[in-house]
Amino acid sequence: MRLEILNHGYGPGTKLLFALIRLFSRHPVPDAAKLVFYRPDFYGTRAKEFTHEAMRGPSAWSVGDRELMAAHVSKVNGTAFCIGAHTATASQAYQNPSKVAAVLDDLETASVPETLRATLRMLGTLTREGTVGVEDMREVLAAGVTPEQVEDALAVCAAFNTTDRLADAFGFELLSAEGYAAGAKYLLKRGYR
Amino acid sequence: MPDEDRKRAAHRALVDRLLNGDGEASAQDRARAFHNNGLTPPLDALIAKVADSPTQVTASDLAAAKTSGRTEDQVFELVVCAAVGKSTRLYEAGLTALAEAMLKEGPGHAT
Repeated sequence: MRLEILNHGYGPGTKLLFALIRLFSRHPVPDAAKLVFYRPDFYGTRAKEFTHEAMRGPSAWSVGDRELMAAHVSKVNGTAFCIGAHTATASQAYQNPSKVAAVLDDLETASVPETLRATLRMLGTLTREGTVGVEDMREVLAAGVTPEQVEDALAVCAAFNTTDRLADAFGFELLSAEGYAAGAKYLLKRGYR
Repeated sequence: MPDEDRKRAAHRALVDRLLNGDGEASAQDRARAFHNNGLTPPLDALIAKVADSPTQVTASDLAAAKTSGRTEDQVFELVVCAAVGKSTRLYEAGLTALAEAMLKEGPGHAT
């Protein structure tokens, strides 16, 4: 990463944990994981709590839907690390990589429920334009999305607009396909806490 | 606590910590980074990129921030504040549009 403290500024306990993760996963510790271990009282602890609530807390959206939202927001932002991570996680959650690839390739023609398509479209507008109009939101509601589902989707959008920016600013190193798959397996088993 | 409140509360706790807790950077500078407003060069360019064009951030931008006398910990904090600040504005814009859309639709819509 672009700050040395994020590469080497960890205490002995955290370094040991990283070594164990490398040993058992047989993959490098992803920079996304390292970041939340750096001075966790400043950012990591509360960021993990919010992201976990958004991605794994109670919601009418499935875990796969929310991982797809994370991948879609990251695609709009052009954040390569997070596109890779959440494409892999959504693919595993749905057990359907083709569905995820189709949405990221062309949302308008992908075979997904209209509720999900309308929500992803709105998240894309918000992320790209920095705002979203009342008419945009009315279209989402008219598609049959409940206000609670919209709020849940906005929480996912907030979490990944943060993570995407940090990935790009700090220069997260991209992983191999196997590395992303291993990370996805972990996120589906343990979540973001 | 209702589910939506749990998400919002967790987000507020993060924002509150960044802006009001202890830090290596001053609370004033953390607030400036969060709002992407009021920092001086070269930090202002880095923070603006984090907020509005993060894929354009380069190692040189971070190096320039450090040569301005900031420590790596201060730069870390200010970049985090900028990222969370921008995403907070997006979150609030979305929630505001939702509230206005529901007001126009009237009670009972899509419930």
